[in-house]
Amino acid sequence: MSDEIILRIAQMMIDELKLEDVTAETFDPDIDLIDEVGIDSMDLATIALIIRDEYGIRIDEDDYPKLTTIRLISRYIEEKLKTAQENN
Amino acid sequence: MKTVSTLLSDDWHERYRRISSLNIRSSIYDVTHRCNLRCKGCFFFSSNEHKAAHEETGIGKWEYFIDSELKRGVNLAILIGGEPTLCLDRVEAFYRRVPTFCATNGLIKVPRDRFPDMMVGISLWGDAEAEKTLRGKDTFAISSKNYEGDPHAYYLYTITPKQIGKIEPVIKKIRDVGLKVHMQLLSNDENVDGFFWSPEELNDIRMEMDDMLDKYPDTVISSRYYHQIITTGKMMGRSFGWAECPSVTDPLDSREPRPKRLINFIRWASDLKTMHRCCTSETRDCATCKDGAAHMSWVMVNKRLHMDSARDLRNWIEVYEMFAKLYRFIPW
Repeated sequence: MSDEIILRIAQMMIDELKLEDVTAETFDPDIDLIDEVGIDSMDLATIALIIRDEYGIRIDEDDYPKLTTIRLISRYIEEKLKTAQENN
Repeated sequence: MKTVSTLLSDDWHERYRRISSLNIRSSIYDVTHRCNLRCKGCFFFSSNEHKAAHEETGIGKWEYFIDSELKRGVNLAILIGGEPTLCLDRVEAFYRRVPTFCATNGLIKVPRDRFPDMMVGISLWGDAEAEKTLRGKDTFAISSKNYEGDPHAYYLYTITPKQIGKIEPVIKKIRDVGLKVHMQLLSNDENVDGFFWSPEELNDIRMEMDDMLDKYPDTVISSRYYHQIITTGKMMGRSFGWAECPSVTDPLDSREPRPKRLINFIRWASDLKTMHRCCTSETRDCATCKDGAAHMSWVMVNKRLHMDSARDLRNWIEVYEMFAKLYRFIPW
């Protein structure tokens, strides 16, 4: 599940930010999205909307500063999905 | 994939890190619709924004409102007017709660015992002659006495076409009173004859602004890229205008496609209910708008556009640093 989510988020980033010379498979899931890729909070807000539509979870804006890599976003989604399952 | 570290040297990368973590969320507040000056070309009065709403006078209402703005995520309150210093209790309500910038004409001194480190931007529209023509008096004579040597104040020098070839003496007199200056351009909202910009004049003033930055780097808070953007209205092949402006009030922004913009930005009228369209005059033609903050923000929200080359990204960093200095997020 984790790798699948990582690849999907990487593809979202590539599509939304129009990143060149990288594929979902070659996108380093541990690269710092702000310090290295140069995304900003508006980019994150856009990605958050796609995640909401695809996974049905809402990313709180206060959590943005914690979500600095694709791996961390993936873990965040997994935890939210797990919590949602437990509550159902 | 181009990354920040592949584009920047270590020192520039460090500068990038310092600003990329700031996450500035600003909004603008009309503190009052009254002013102690009536300047020709002031957008607030020329577009009748002073009549847009009844001013809220209850300080408790202001405090409640500011607290709700904090909950909305605002971390920079930009106070404009009218003249905010006519209502220091409202200014203080902001200052006690949130990083605050106060624009003023400088005729009333912000008491530093109540506002020790609030950043103050003092408006200036040129030399003494231009000030008398456009504002009815030489405000510098008063404001410079009020703020001489103040480390938390600077001049916001609005340059008009009449100032071409004349800005150095203005910069010098600001330096001589121990203050700093940021330059912006008049948008001539009131169609004052002789104050429209021609392309040649914009080119001339750009060179003059560059020259001032080179000659007075300790006094002028600016960047060459900002001069380029503000005088050409172009950025990375795009033209500034309604479709691109980042400083449109968020709840009133129905543009499609939605451009990169300031998150949650609102410009509030002094009734604390009415929202103005954008950071400046509602009647202004966006294609010719010269608003300095809007152009700075335009650059700032388009970071990834500037990740094509090292030079572009350094330009972006310099504009962001300039904004962060002007609003006291980083030191001069």
